[in-house]
Amino acid sequence: MAEPIVQVRNLTKRFGDFTAVDGVSFDIRQGEILGLLGPNGAGKTTSIQMLLGLITPTAGEIRIFGLPFDRHREEILGRVNFSSTYVSMPQALTVEENLRVVGKLYGMDRITSRIDDIVKRLEMEEFRTKITRKLSSGQMTRLSLAKAFLTAPKVLFLDEPTASLDPDIADKTRALIKEIRRSTGLTVLYTSHNMREMEEMSDRIIFLQRGRIVAEGTSEAIKAVYGEADLEDVFLKLARTAPRA
Amino acid sequence: MKLHRIAALLSRHLYLYKRSFPRVLEIVYWPFVDLLIWGFITLYLAQFKAALPNFVLFFLGALILWDVLFRAQQGITISFLEEIWSRNLMNLFASPLTTGEFLAATMILSVSKVLAVSCVTVLAALAFYSFNIFVLGVSLIPFILNLVIAGWCIGVLTTGLIMRYGQEVEVLAWGMVFLFQPISCVFYPLSVLPDWLQAIARLNPATHVFEGMRAVITAGTFPAHNLAWAVGLNAVYLTVLIVWFHVMFAACKDKGLLVRVGE
Repeated sequence: MAEPIVQVRNLTKRFGDFTAVDGVSFDIRQGEILGLLGPNGAGKTTSIQMLLGLITPTAGEIRIFGLPFDRHREEILGRVNFSSTYVSMPQALTVEENLRVVGKLYGMDRITSRIDDIVKRLEMEEFRTKITRKLSSGQMTRLSLAKAFLTAPKVLFLDEPTASLDPDIADKTRALIKEIRRSTGLTVLYTSHNMREMEEMSDRIIFLQRGRIVAEGTSEAIKAVYGEADLEDVFLKLARTAPRA
Repeated sequence: MKLHRIAALLSRHLYLYKRSFPRVLEIVYWPFVDLLIWGFITLYLAQFKAALPNFVLFFLGALILWDVLFRAQQGITISFLEEIWSRNLMNLFASPLTTGEFLAATMILSVSKVLAVSCVTVLAALAFYSFNIFVLGVSLIPFILNLVIAGWCIGVLTTGLIMRYGQEVEVLAWGMVFLFQPISCVFYPLSVLPDWLQAIARLNPATHVFEGMRAVITAGTFPAHNLAWAVGLNAVYLTVLIVWFHVMFAACKDKGLLVRVGE
């Protein structure tokens, strides 16, 4: 079995009296796609933000590539990237200029040829020179994905990556993620509210509720445990009950 | 500290200015309008030059130097606000970019802004009032550098406060520097302030720069003690403020504010 690339132990985040993430532990193995599922406010985004070093955990440990995050931030983040529906990019720059800045930020070589490649793969040619402000929400999502793929990360955090994409582009994006995973051994942490997509993409799923892991396993195993034929029904069942001790 | 990451941030802002006419206009417009207003006031007051000598040098020189301080501060603070406005902070700080590299990039941007604005004001002063600031001599250069650093100090302070308290204190980006103007003795000597305010003004590096400028104009000598005070105070303030900014940044990450700033 492949070594864990991401190791999270007892990760906790408290904001005053409110506990957003409560003693969460999980591993992601190399080449694995782990789905992070849960209702709004379950702690998914806070967990990802801690994994990216944007929020400091109250307790617990994060190790990526075997390195403790707090002492190896730069080294780790150079090999990690993310895409989120909730993050934008400088609006006055063109798509290509934004990608070029990202390439420089990560110290990449052959930036132009990498941009050519990713623009082609995500079918962004027609808006490559367009000002970011003028992009549709679907085009903006593709730019965010292009930014994430451009730096050839070893670990990718995708927070609702296909939200606002039409079914055709969403399908192509999922295929691209799987293809890159196959060819490079990319490790992915994936969140989505689309249950079908979650089942299709994830090797394993972790279900978070009120900051705690309440279910973990393959989608088939989780469905079997909760006696449901559909992951969406499991979601509704779990989301409407209190977390187990 | 990686130069390629600092260069990446610089190119991000150069792309922005290349395409944004209002931003370029802002570099030209305010300094130009300031210069016109104060220039004509100066010409009027110069009619009483028998009582108050070196008017043109005092006022236009002070105005041009004040703009150096103001733009040095704005170069840092507005660069940070640009990232907030474009919801780009997460992209930056989820990359290997360090806080030190971010500050270094904004400081370089601030110097670029100062150079651009200075070109406008120096040329406009020459065209409208036949005033050449370089008549003040090369002794002014170390004072100008200290004004830039004083501007950085106010810029780092303002940026840290905006990061901590969010967009509701965004107005500080334009207002904070004017809090320091009365105690910078830009257009009048330190001696006109009441004693208690003089004591406060002496703790401001900009005061020593403007006092130094006036000494250069009136005595034609190099006021080494003013320069020493400006350098010493700037060194202390910049060091303290950079440490404070790092502490504030860590506090913002702890409170989850970095991902919410701008919301």
